[in-house]
Amino acid sequence: MNPGLPSPASATLRPTVRPIVWRLATVAEVITETPRARTLVLDIPGWPGHRTGQHVDVRLTAEDGYQAQRSYSIASAPEDAAVTLTVERVDDGEVSPYLTDELRVGDRLELRGPIGGYFVWEFGIGGPLFLVGGGSGVVPLMAMLRHRAAALGTANADARHHVPARLLYSSRSWNDVIYRDELTRMDEADSALEVAFTLTREQPQGWAGFRRRIDRIMLAEVAWPPAERPHLFVCGPTSLVEAVAAALVALGHDPARVKTERFGPTGG
Amino acid sequence: MDSGMRASDELSAAGDSVADSLRLDGNAAAGILSELFVPDLTSARATCAGCGATRAVGELLVYAHGMGTVVRCPSCDTVVLCVTRTVTQLWLDPTGVRRIMMSAAALPA
Repeated sequence: MNPGLPSPASATLRPTVRPIVWRLATVAEVITETPRARTLVLDIPGWPGHRTGQHVDVRLTAEDGYQAQRSYSIASAPEDAAVTLTVERVDDGEVSPYLTDELRVGDRLELRGPIGGYFVWEFGIGGPLFLVGGGSGVVPLMAMLRHRAAALGTANADARHHVPARLLYSSRSWNDVIYRDELTRMDEADSALEVAFTLTREQPQGWAGFRRRIDRIMLAEVAWPPAERPHLFVCGPTSLVEAVAAALVALGHDPARVKTERFGPTGG
Repeated sequence: MDSGMRASDELSAAGDSVADSLRLDGNAAAGILSELFVPDLTSARATCAGCGATRAVGELLVYAHGMGTVVRCPSCDTVVLCVTRTVTQLWLDPTGVRRIMMSAAALPA
């Protein structure tokens, strides 16, 4: 939320203000998304609800007391029954291999959240909504798309065209595309949603989509022009986020409307 | 050398590519800042004491080290905020921030 811009829906944006505390979540389900990514469906007693784009901090404590902490974006919409996180395995990471390989249904996990109020989109903010994700950077963007779909389900028929959305999503290969089936279904079912994939390392036979890293030409082709004043959210590895944000500004988008979330080199 | 500057000097000396890949957004400091401030500070706007630029804290650059979280101004590289955890304390160094403005809507009702 940018306090400098008038927001017609500011009343609905008012966050709940209360201290963020550590909670014990229980893993209710583990879903395999790709060979490297798993979704953890969590039961979190006392969870206060979240806004899309927010994250949680996960803390692991070893038997000797050593603690490691990482941030993970929330994948679920506020309307969903459970909070979900999607975690991609970082081979030399301290936390993600435990979350993707070791954690089982019924295990408990220490976390705090929801955290962050800057990289946040809500239906009341409106559109157009332009999302750019790299790898597991798609996770908070998926929360936004799920929230948009849920809000459209209860809104009038006109709303869809007031809040159009586009996602440009970069992955190494088709097998690395997180939420592939759900995104494909959403794209087919929604005339105001467009999903464009780019596969940078390996493409299936007959692939008709993009096959390179996201660049200025691709963004000019996929994004709304600056005059449409889209809300822009970019999430992924630091190098991708900085290249995309710089290209969007070079294309004439207002830097204040380009919100970024860098994952850093690994995420761990 | 000013000992307060040493960590950042080392970071710069490590070379741009290493420093670049470690860079995160102000969002990444939201968790540790929530230990100090109840309303979300990353949605607030901060004025850099170095150059006077005003931005949302979520828009500033964060370098997260084992010892702490360094929040820098994207315009002039001044350390706007630094949060350091010791075994017994949490330190906030606010030398680099001239002003923090929080929307009334973000405050407790």
